[in-house]
Amino acid sequence: MRRNVWVAGLAMPVMTAMLLLAGTESVTANDQPSAAIAEVRIDNFSFGPQTLTVPVGATVTWTNRDDIPHTVVSTDGVFKSKVRDTDEQFSYTFAKAGTYPYYCSIHPKMTGQIVVQ
Amino acid sequence: MVNKKQGLIDQKLQDVNNDGIDRRGFLKCMAWAGTGLVWTMSGGIPVSRAFAKTIDRSAGKGGDFSFVQISDSHMGFNKPANPDVIATLQAAVDKINGLPKPPEFLLHTGDISHLSKPEQFDIVDQVLKSASAKEVFFVPGEHDVLEDNGKSYLERYGKNAKGAGWYSFDKNGVHFIGLVNVLNLKSGGLGSLGGEQLEWMEKDVKHLKHSTPIVVFAHIPLWTVYPEWGWGTEDSAQALAYLKKFGSVTVLNGHIHQTMQKVEGNVTFHTAMSTAFPQPQPGKAESPGPMKVPAEQLKSVLGITYVKYMRGEHSLAVVDSTLG
Repeated sequence: MRRNVWVAGLAMPVMTAMLLLAGTESVTANDQPSAAIAEVRIDNFSFGPQTLTVPVGATVTWTNRDDIPHTVVSTDGVFKSKVRDTDEQFSYTFAKAGTYPYYCSIHPKMTGQIVVQ
Repeated sequence: MVNKKQGLIDQKLQDVNNDGIDRRGFLKCMAWAGTGLVWTMSGGIPVSRAFAKTIDRSAGKGGDFSFVQISDSHMGFNKPANPDVIATLQAAVDKINGLPKPPEFLLHTGDISHLSKPEQFDIVDQVLKSASAKEVFFVPGEHDVLEDNGKSYLERYGKNAKGAGWYSFDKNGVHFIGLVNVLNLKSGGLGSLGGEQLEWMEKDVKHLKHSTPIVVFAHIPLWTVYPEWGWGTEDSAQALAYLKKFGSVTVLNGHIHQTMQKVEGNVTFHTAMSTAFPQPQPGKAESPGPMKVPAEQLKSVLGITYVKYMRGEHSLAVVDSTLG
């Protein structure tokens, strides 16, 4: 009896600690129901996927895996990255629903869009 | 009599060496080979002379001059396609310095730097100081105008330029026009000159005699080489229209990191090799990125372009030369 109470006593603070930790931990795909963080891979002069759909509030991270620098520039002036060389990243959080076409301002034939819904 | 002569001329145009390659095919072949042959157009019929012979012939003739175009040095690039772009730029300068007669000046058709960083421009300036040609004219590539819409490029290279860095100058009666077609590029689009620059260009050439040889240089090709890869300029047709009246127009571009040539009436279009890394032929790869070749072959796909103006000749002679 005593042991059980003692274990239960320990369990409470441990559980609380775990809950607290869960609250401050950075969001991962396992913890969230849908992709609150989404990724676009830049490679071979293209954005992959070319169209990415994310929920409102999602953060999209572009990672340049190409051996040439690129930029990520919204055609409507909503976001604009600095030039990103190989392995560099750019992130933007989409607070409003809508369709956001963008392109690489260095190689304008590279286009993509983020659909936020 | 006239018909027989015309027949001979047609035959010459069609099959110059009796090897089944016509004039157009030969020029295309030449561009890939990068051999040291000089082709001049004399009254529309190509006449070839060996590289060395042409240079000797010019020695001492008043009015003749030569210059060298280099392009796409991409200073700061350090990926497998070329881990040492300083060395290959130096090799290009060594090639220039090995010419029997120093060129009057150099034209750099852009992508001087890889990331528009001041130290990258500094290194290029430093390396070019050792060239036998003491004057260098630049136009920017898209890699030179990355962060501030070309402001730092302009501060460094645009002292005598207008707008985003366009300008013209004259040498020995030849009129040179440097154009900027790498700014304000629109999504899904090609290179762009813009209304302000076109207006300036129209005025710039308006009062020139039709017999003035014209050389236009800009980074992105001013003809549509391969639109899928952005290898072309949206509004170049307008620029070329202003040059219609001239008997000799030579257009020198870079950007595609390989030689390509097109002749259309009085206009010869030519792109130069890079001094940094090659790129694939149109459509022959997934994308137009740096193309890796075996290390021992690298110098054979990089190069410079030697251009010679000979007074009295109809067109300028344009010759590509690899670094090794």
